[in-house]
Amino acid sequence: MRPQVTRLLVVFGAAIASLVVARHYLIPPTFGKLGHYRAAAVDAVAARKVKYAGHEVCALCHEAIAKTHDTHRHRNVACEVCHGAAAGHADAPTEIKPPAPRLRAACPVCHGYDPSRPTGFPQIDPVAHNPLKPCYTCHAPHAPETPRTPEDCSACHAEIARTKAVSHHAALPCTRCHETPQKHKINPSAGLPTKPANREFCGGCHAPGAPGPKEIQRVDMATHNQRYVCWQCHYPHFPELK
Amino acid sequence: MSDQESQDRRTFLRTALPAPLLLLAVAGKVDTAGTTETEADKKPAYQATEHNYAMAIDPIKCIGCGRCAEACKVENDVPREPFFFRTWVERYIIQTNGETVVSSPNGGIGGFSSANEPGILRTFFVPKLCNHCANAPCVQVCPVGATFTTQDGVVLVDQDYCLGCRYCIQACPYGARFLNPITHVADKCTFCYHRLVKGLAPACVEVCPTQARIFGEFRVRSSPISRFMRQHVIQVLKAHLNTEPKVYYVNLDGEVR
Amino acid sequence: MPPELQSLFEVLQQVKGYVYPNEVELQWGLLVVAYPYLTGLVAGAFILASLERVFNVREVQPTYRLSLLTALAFLIVAPLPLLAHLGHPERCLEMFLTPNLNSAMAMFGFVYAWYLAVVLLLEIWFDYRKDLVLWARQEKGLTRLLHRILTLGVTDISPGALSFDFRAGKFITMIGIPSAFLLHGYVGFIFGSVKANPWWSSVLIPIVFLFSAMVSGIALVLVLFMLSSLVRGKEIDMPCADKLSSFLLYALIVDLSLELLDFIHRLYQAEESIKILSQMIYSRLFLSLIILQVLLGTLLPMIALFLVSPAFHRRGLVQVPAELRRLIYFAAAICIQIGIFSTRWNVVIGGQLFSKSLRGLMVYKMELMGLEGFFMSALLLLLPFVVLFVLVRVLPPWPDAEAHVEPQKP
Repeated sequence: MRPQVTRLLVVFGAAIASLVVARHYLIPPTFGKLGHYRAAAVDAVAARKVKYAGHEVCALCHEAIAKTHDTHRHRNVACEVCHGAAAGHADAPTEIKPPAPRLRAACPVCHGYDPSRPTGFPQIDPVAHNPLKPCYTCHAPHAPETPRTPEDCSACHAEIARTKAVSHHAALPCTRCHETPQKHKINPSAGLPTKPANREFCGGCHAPGAPGPKEIQRVDMATHNQRYVCWQCHYPHFPELK
Repeated sequence: MSDQESQDRRTFLRTALPAPLLLLAVAGKVDTAGTTETEADKKPAYQATEHNYAMAIDPIKCIGCGRCAEACKVENDVPREPFFFRTWVERYIIQTNGETVVSSPNGGIGGFSSANEPGILRTFFVPKLCNHCANAPCVQVCPVGATFTTQDGVVLVDQDYCLGCRYCIQACPYGARFLNPITHVADKCTFCYHRLVKGLAPACVEVCPTQARIFGEFRVRSSPISRFMRQHVIQVLKAHLNTEPKVYYVNLDGEVR
Repeated sequence: MPPELQSLFEVLQQVKGYVYPNEVELQWGLLVVAYPYLTGLVAGAFILASLERVFNVREVQPTYRLSLLTALAFLIVAPLPLLAHLGHPERCLEMFLTPNLNSAMAMFGFVYAWYLAVVLLLEIWFDYRKDLVLWARQEKGLTRLLHRILTLGVTDISPGALSFDFRAGKFITMIGIPSAFLLHGYVGFIFGSVKANPWWSSVLIPIVFLFSAMVSGIALVLVLFMLSSLVRGKEIDMPCADKLSSFLLYALIVDLSLELLDFIHRLYQAEESIKILSQMIYSRLFLSLIILQVLLGTLLPMIALFLVSPAFHRRGLVQVPAELRRLIYFAAAICIQIGIFSTRWNVVIGGQLFSKSLRGLMVYKMELMGLEGFFMSALLLLLPFVVLFVLVRVLPPWPDAEAHVEPQKP
């Protein structure tokens, strides 16, 4: 064989051999055991410290509070949502104390009115709702149900009330169209109000022969878009067409 | 002894003998009350192969309080600057003029200011995080095997092996990854793996006040996830990219990217 | 607060629309722009060298060795910007120890090693071996030692050995051409295979990268050839320069066609990303794409070369004296360098200026100091010329430096 070829083979061979040997010493020991990664990495991640203890741990010591908390409207709100990460407190109860939020600014983070929040989620206008009083004056944080049952629907459905108040339906009470059981005011999802089911309901005021003042707009129920129900076009809380 | 008697004796021995042996064996396994047991015997070691985690999110339930994003940063020592998030909340405002406005101030930590855009047609919050894809593009592109999928379906980063080349951050279609400015390696949501191995829920799931985030085991009948997947119409983010995300959304508006 | 984080707050103010919170910090900066620029020059210079060897284009023979040395100089420096960019450069060996075979980037190490060791170094060795042996015989001291080491101890320069060298070199060049295509094509693939990014994800990117690499490589060799002739006080070999400029023009035409194809294809398909990408081009990339890449970097040199280069007509469409032609070639080549660097910028930085939510745009704030800063990248872009200077001293590529074997006395 040509001297060039033999010399090159020697050089390349030596380089590759040293790489193979180096691999043996340099590849981490647990690499490849479970897949193309260091198995020890999983253990490294799993060994991190826990900062949030979890609601079960809080209940171990704070039984009475937990019992109250779990039977009222904040039962799905974990202790650490308001009191912050408490695993340190669980490990050293007397040395580390979790804070308890007292300022008014704490509660509107969840309960301040925002149209992006789902309908039916309890929301208030933080500026107008009992200004200057801390929230816990009326709402015990672990049992936050309102001290008085709200009389008016607008206490919770303020946006709808505001919309309706400037519409042709302003004079109508909500209960005119929505039969509302009393327990809806105490436990809303347990007793939902009814909604009108058919065109005839609206016809009760808007059909040509229906009782009521002549200012109410009448429409021939038999021919006016009879394939649709009224609220597919007319938003009931603001029924005028624009 | 006649042949029949011998046969009977053999039959008796064949059936009777195993019983005492079995009894002895069972007795051997049953522990006498708490004498030799240790704590480690009581709690079986965590077996990754027995689990397969997934998360479900119902954006309708989300109130945009940002507690999840905050809890995640606390639990996982994520830098507090607004450029590094393992999970965040977005707000979508779809206006009557057809425009969509999306925002995520500081990832949603501290909540959002009340939306007062004119002409709102629809508006909602969408929590986002690493989707722990079954066909993860980040795992595919990592040159050294520093990011990988564990046997229980969680995509992790090996902090001691990652080069910091940032290819995985480029490859993630969801913007779920970032480069940790302190460790100089890639970082992302781990489903709070260190909590999972102890039987706890991830921090974001733990603190969500409205149960907008549901966590559980995939294909285990008794998991909240299974009921959820059975009862809802499920979507995932960017399905056309075939990353097979394991974070399932319901009621996901078409405007969500 | 560390300065990099401070600048992120400033960047946050300039974000337009909505971007995912983690996207505010751009991941790949100036260093990662420099890298494909450097490897592109490697591939381009090598392919120019192979033109002479495989396709027997005799006019460019004076640039053959210079092209090889240029390719080597740039190849040596090419990994440095990547190393500087890593979060943990000390872990870089992991790419060779535990490469993820599914990752395009992992294959970088092997394609690079293949190209460096099996193609470039071997070709240079086979081409220079005779000269190394002969130079070593006449020199003294360090140079002699260096040349003797470089011969690897193979000092046979019989006609048989020389003919073997020649054939081996030709063979290596032949595998070198697809290897050079692979070297820079895969850089395009590293970007093109990222399905998450609609600016990068394209079948055409590897091809566009390759042809723009060829354009930049040929232009670089043209500049170096002219400059080195001037420095050495030699007359610039005009037939060689003319031939180089012809090839430059052909490559430029193909490159422009491919980029136009990509552009038209995107506009015509009008996928969802078109809106944000158009916004990005007109607001963030106007200077670097429209002005620098297209007008200054492609159209202007192409028109100039089309007019004066003998690419399509034996004496050029517009005949100009040699001095003016040289100047036009030089200016065109410089414009092309700026244009190709802008191309790399537009791909790398451009791909990170828009959000994957397709709803917003970010900005890239270039630092001056620090590893990711302007000065570091400028240094890394100048370093290959320093390396080339050293290589040219150790392995002179000039035709008059070549040693000749005395004819055997019968």
